[in-house]
Amino acid sequence: MTLLEQFQLWLASMWPDWAAYITPAIVGILVIIIFVLTMVMVIIYFERRFMARFQIRLGPNRCGPEGILQPIADAIKVLFKEDIVPAKGDKLVHWIAPIVVFVPILMIFAVVPIHKGAILVDLNVGIVYVVAISSLSTVGIYMAGWAANNKYALISALRTIAQMVSYELPVVLSILGVVLMVGSLSMNQIVDSQSIPFILLQPLGFIIFFLGTLAEMNRCPFDLLEAESEIIAGYHIEYSGMKFALFYLGEYGHAVAYSCIITTLFLSGWRGPLLPPIIWFLIKIMVVFALIVWIRSTIPRLRVDQLMAFAWKCMLPMAVINLFIVAAEVLWLPEVFPWIMIAVNFAFACALVLLWSKLFVLGGGRVEV
Amino acid sequence: MAIKTEPFILNMGPQHPSTHGVFRMKVTLDGEVVVDVEPVIGYLHRGIEKLAEGRTYTQNIPFTDRLDYLASMTNNFAYVLAVEKLAGIKVPERVEYLRIIVAEMMRISSHLMAVGFFLNDLGAMMTPMLYMFREREKLLDLFDMVCGQRLTYNYMRIGGVSQDIPDDFLPALKRFVAEMPGFIDEYDQLLAENEILLVRTKGVGVLPKDLAINIAASGPVLRASGVDWDIRRDDTYSIYDRFDFDIPIGNVGDCYDRYWVRMQEMSQSIRILEQAIAQLPEGKVCADVPQLLRPPIGEVYGHIEAPKGELGFYLVSDNSISPYRFHIRPPTLINLTALKDMVIGWKVADLIITFGSMDVCLGEIDR
Repeated sequence: MTLLEQFQLWLASMWPDWAAYITPAIVGILVIIIFVLTMVMVIIYFERRFMARFQIRLGPNRCGPEGILQPIADAIKVLFKEDIVPAKGDKLVHWIAPIVVFVPILMIFAVVPIHKGAILVDLNVGIVYVVAISSLSTVGIYMAGWAANNKYALISALRTIAQMVSYELPVVLSILGVVLMVGSLSMNQIVDSQSIPFILLQPLGFIIFFLGTLAEMNRCPFDLLEAESEIIAGYHIEYSGMKFALFYLGEYGHAVAYSCIITTLFLSGWRGPLLPPIIWFLIKIMVVFALIVWIRSTIPRLRVDQLMAFAWKCMLPMAVINLFIVAAEVLWLPEVFPWIMIAVNFAFACALVLLWSKLFVLGGGRVEV
Repeated sequence: MAIKTEPFILNMGPQHPSTHGVFRMKVTLDGEVVVDVEPVIGYLHRGIEKLAEGRTYTQNIPFTDRLDYLASMTNNFAYVLAVEKLAGIKVPERVEYLRIIVAEMMRISSHLMAVGFFLNDLGAMMTPMLYMFREREKLLDLFDMVCGQRLTYNYMRIGGVSQDIPDDFLPALKRFVAEMPGFIDEYDQLLAENEILLVRTKGVGVLPKDLAINIAASGPVLRASGVDWDIRRDDTYSIYDRFDFDIPIGNVGDCYDRYWVRMQEMSQSIRILEQAIAQLPEGKVCADVPQLLRPPIGEVYGHIEAPKGELGFYLVSDNSISPYRFHIRPPTLINLTALKDMVIGWKVADLIITFGSMDVCLGEIDR
């Protein structure tokens, strides 16, 4: 039973039924919104400081001690900006798009367990829900690209569709590996069954899922939709003020959401020795996010055809092979001592990655026009 | 069912993050594929060639700073060499060495910018560029010591240089020369083996050898295409014949070769600097030149190997105090004429990095 359900029962003993039903929901939603917004501010500050270290500079250090008030200053600045709608743009779609991008990201957090029992709804199809909801924000990005009546935005929107369709498949297939091992789709069950983190049992699945989520949240080296040097800002080129802020929040909210999902699926969620679970959870999120920032600040961007080739030629076959390996292990070796399985799976992961890196060439060359 | 598609025109620039100034491209795209490119230039036109006709030969030196503002010193150098050739002035020995020292420092600085911005165009989020800036900053400090400026130096004079180097310049330069090879190795380690860098740049934006010669390309762009041509060696000016250095040659002419040639040229510039510091003689820093120079009637074309290619000044004198005709041959304008042939059929992203790998500077294209 989740904490929220206990809260509901306790309220039901004093309040009328409808109040006991609605109050916990509102409380839960408020907690999630506050958690997401705070985390976004923390990681924006963290990313700017951490990336500055990679780039041999200091990063923001003027607002407040060590610059920790910088995200607040940025937020105030962006709120006071004029809201501009392109004269020939589609005004309604232009207005709805940021909401369509941002809301699904908040909805992902409904099934993220941050503590034992601390989960808004323990859906029995939790991970399927995450996959379904997180692809919704693609629609918002496409709407934004279309409504702006700008060719850069349109290119970005079309790239989004191609990228999302390609990367959804390997991501889902690598999740299936985890689901096979757990035997349940519920996020709580997934955390409960990880006495050994799944990153050790399924290194290849982790790599595929991590790279796939990098592509899904448009982070480097897959940040083609907002490729600054090519299409300037991509889909949010014509946005300013609060609407832009929503995209910005959405982008980092996505990063937080996927850090949470990776933590839950592969890093044993809130479990850990000595420290309280919530601390473990936050540490793991920050480690995953630090990895993302590290990649962002050191690796150049892929080209669009190479991006597609990477998804279809490398990640998809590897994800399928990974799924077969896991299925075979679950079927025939359920009782094997886990360290043997870890060794076998690491060997498989290294062999497959080496094989693919030797055999497959990314992307095409010149096209005859 | 086949969907009807048609190419569309994308207007890149003049305000665009990776046009290196105010360059504009009218790009016709078929989806992501570049079908046609039409470069539009002239947004930074200041009429320097015409302005120079109304000023004295010495007054024109600051104009040359504003051509390729990332390599002002070599612009000064090319101009004063042309004027000295026109007026038949012999410069003191120390001046020759000082000029070569600052010119090679300028070459390193310009190549650092070129490589850094090229990687920025590849999407490497500023990190390589800021590493390049770390060394460029040291060079700018050295230039600051020499002439008190960090961008537009106006250091060279007709017949010499404006002032001698300060006492603490040479130790600082020696320190820089000693540590720079280590930094170049660091860049190589960070970049040369990077899988994404290789897959993005190898074979992309190829400039074939014969096309490079036909359009009169010069500098790293020409040498990357496999043409062994460097004015420093093949049409020696100043005292470059006294130094021992190699000329790196690419073989394919793709973006990677242009990047690689620039990285190698930095090491060669370090070699020239080492030799020049060791041989630097004492002496005067300016020949005796009249305040108002009146060169004899005639015309002259002086050219040098600037960081970006062959920078030439064509001067016509009518024996007055100002040039009758002042023409500049900017290397990057000539190199840029090949852009269309290099990018047709590639993707938008390739267009950007090919343009970045040409290392253009709009200051000298528009003049």
